[in-house]
Amino acid sequence: MMGPDPSWYLVVSAILFAIGTLGVLLRRSPLVVLLSLEIMLNSANLALISFARLHGDHDGQIFALTVMAVAASEVVVGLGIIVAMSRRKLTLDVDALRVLRG
Amino acid sequence: MGNTLVWIVWIGAAFACLGSGIAVVSFTNPFYSALALIGNLASLAVLFLLASAEFLAAAQVLVYAGAVMVMFLFVIGYLGGRADAPFAGGPSWVSIGAVVAAAALLVEVVVVIGLAAGDALTDPAEVEAAFGSPAEIGRIFLTDHLLAFEITSIVLLVAAVGGVVLGTRTRAEQDLEEAA
Repeated sequence: MMGPDPSWYLVVSAILFAIGTLGVLLRRSPLVVLLSLEIMLNSANLALISFARLHGDHDGQIFALTVMAVAASEVVVGLGIIVAMSRRKLTLDVDALRVLRG
Repeated sequence: MGNTLVWIVWIGAAFACLGSGIAVVSFTNPFYSALALIGNLASLAVLFLLASAEFLAAAQVLVYAGAVMVMFLFVIGYLGGRADAPFAGGPSWVSIGAVVAAAALLVEVVVVIGLAAGDALTDPAEVEAAFGSPAEIGRIFLTDHLLAFEITSIVLLVAAVGGVVLGTRTRAEQDLEEAA
């Protein structure tokens, strides 16, 4: 294999996942939370692809492709909810949304 | 010579990827965050390409940078100033806790993968040049993984219907707008 071996890819993937987690935990805007979720999904994709390369098997790549489709669906529904929230004049702040809290 | 070039491209892409990831999390304006995410996805596509996932690199650019990010930018533009939110509300222990949790997660992932795979990670299998090409992925998707293919299409259909339902104006919202 030319260039770095899969362990390097996995290190980048792990750091990227931590950055995404930090964004989800730290940010209050639902839009930025969705963007950070995308980072986490993509870091998982990178790990899947590097493992597929490690084992010389396509299954990981197929899984990554499926994750991509699920991520696209998740963005459609997530953005739909954010737009619906905005139309109902709710605050776009995940800390302010506590209507469902018992 | 070729190996050095691959290393240089890889290091460039990896640092661009991590830098733009940090930028996504740290920009206050979500529009800039979304633009940084496009850079993140593009540099990830370069990493995919170097890990012999050619079709996935192309799909990444088409699906994410092309479709998903355009949708994000449209919604951010639609919301305008309302999209801006404080960086991190709440007391400072929440922020410190978030950083500690993310760091703990990073350490856990590295340790677990290191313990489980260990030395095997530095010894990748030999693959032919066609590994990860559109032809190979298409053949496997339509033979061995046909169920995943069909389920993906249903998931996308349900998401499309859900998007339409969420986008439809309800009676209560019409009343809300007339009252305003």
